[in-house]
Amino acid sequence: MVRVQLPHHLQTLASVNGEVTLTVDTPVTQKTILDALEARYPMLRGTIRDHLTAKRRPKVRFFANEEDVTHDSPDDVLPDVIASGAKPFMVVGAISGG
Amino acid sequence: MAGVRILVGTRKGAFILTSDNKRKNWKVDGPHFAGWEIYHAKGSPVDPGRIYVSQNSSWFGQIIQRSDNGGITWHQPGSAGDSPRVDPISGLPMGESNKFVYDTSSATGKPLTTHQWYDGTQHPWEFARVWHLEPSLSDPDTVYAGVEDAGLFRTTDGGHTWHELAGLRGHQSGAGWQPGAGGLCLHTIIIDPTNHDRIFVAISAAGSFRTDDGGQTWKPINQGLHSQYIPDPTAEVGHCVHRIAIHPTNPNTLFMQKHWDVMRSDDGGDTWREVSGNLPTDFGFPIAVNSNEPETIYVVPITSDSLHYVPEGKLRVYRSRTGGNDWEALSKGLPQENCYVNILRDAMSVDTLDPCGVYFGTTGGQVYASADNGDSWTAIVRDLPPVLSVEAQNI
Repeated sequence: MVRVQLPHHLQTLASVNGEVTLTVDTPVTQKTILDALEARYPMLRGTIRDHLTAKRRPKVRFFANEEDVTHDSPDDVLPDVIASGAKPFMVVGAISGG
Repeated sequence: MAGVRILVGTRKGAFILTSDNKRKNWKVDGPHFAGWEIYHAKGSPVDPGRIYVSQNSSWFGQIIQRSDNGGITWHQPGSAGDSPRVDPISGLPMGESNKFVYDTSSATGKPLTTHQWYDGTQHPWEFARVWHLEPSLSDPDTVYAGVEDAGLFRTTDGGHTWHELAGLRGHQSGAGWQPGAGGLCLHTIIIDPTNHDRIFVAISAAGSFRTDDGGQTWKPINQGLHSQYIPDPTAEVGHCVHRIAIHPTNPNTLFMQKHWDVMRSDDGGDTWREVSGNLPTDFGFPIAVNSNEPETIYVVPITSDSLHYVPEGKLRVYRSRTGGNDWEALSKGLPQENCYVNILRDAMSVDTLDPCGVYFGTTGGQVYASADNGDSWTAIVRDLPPVLSVEAQNI
């Protein structure tokens, strides 16, 4: 099972607390994780990536195994610690000032 | 309980204010959707329990919320919790209540795909947010949505899915539309109560448009507007219309608050004349019509386009009982010193009681109410986040 950590506002939208766990098709990538996330929680469609283009929204970031993988290809295979659930895949809202 | 419900959209959530018909004691409920920008919330006139909300975040985009019980519970139509539809191919539930996709199909004439950008180049239409939701006057499942970049969408299934009325964006002037400082937004939608196929919309900074055929074709209705801030002050399009209002019994008469100038039309928008009269400044955002007196209108003058706050530190609503030109200041109960708030275009509304209730919200987080046509005012609540929209409902 893959663990996904959502930002506060998306937890509220999805009516979840803390992490969610998902069964994800292999290989485990950004795309397969988000596909599984949106299938389980359809109210999140369009909030992380565009409905049509699947392009990441500009102020959303992805962290995996203490690395920023935001700008990696959505089809890159993520580290084993993500696929095994040892560490969470993190969806993060970009920090704002002010 | 017969009474009034005020739907307030703010920078950080929605609030619902309710009172009985006396409109003296108010209950404040919220925040709903805490932390999100609520550009607009509006109830169906044929089913007051049905409320639609535009919830937005620059991080996570657009959400449409719906309540079927007057704001007690909410759900996103088309997503979990509302008998989600299933994609026939993947078998997965569809979450489409926040899917606003511009129509570029040949069936609708391949509307233009670019508009003018700040630097004069052409820029692709990009969806940012829903500014305004206008429920149908006859069907609670039908709602119009005005969006940024400027376009008009409609749902006929209670918000499950949205489809563009592409004829508006396909108007031959579309490539010349350009954003104002707040973006290229369609912020005003008015359905003619006597002919639901006749709809008025306003776009900053393109101007006003009217359809007479239910949204298939549109014509600019800006003749008589004069805008010094565009190269041709009397151009067919390019005017920064801030708000239009009508009285339901007299839909051929339209009142407009433009970037500068308060205007009036008595021929369905075909021609306009200025009725700013003795206003201290005719810059402003909202305009409203008294529900019982079709010639009584309200504006809130703002210092200037450079100084977006009320003049002289005094918050004053101005009322004309003659359909414009002759204006009186209404200040009883409003702060008359050290006040520097703005009132945004969707942040003023009226109820349909007699005497008419008038309501507005400020960028300082106050929501003011008058239960006597504007003669006197009280603050229902003072310390909300900046108010983006106010809608009054009779319940």
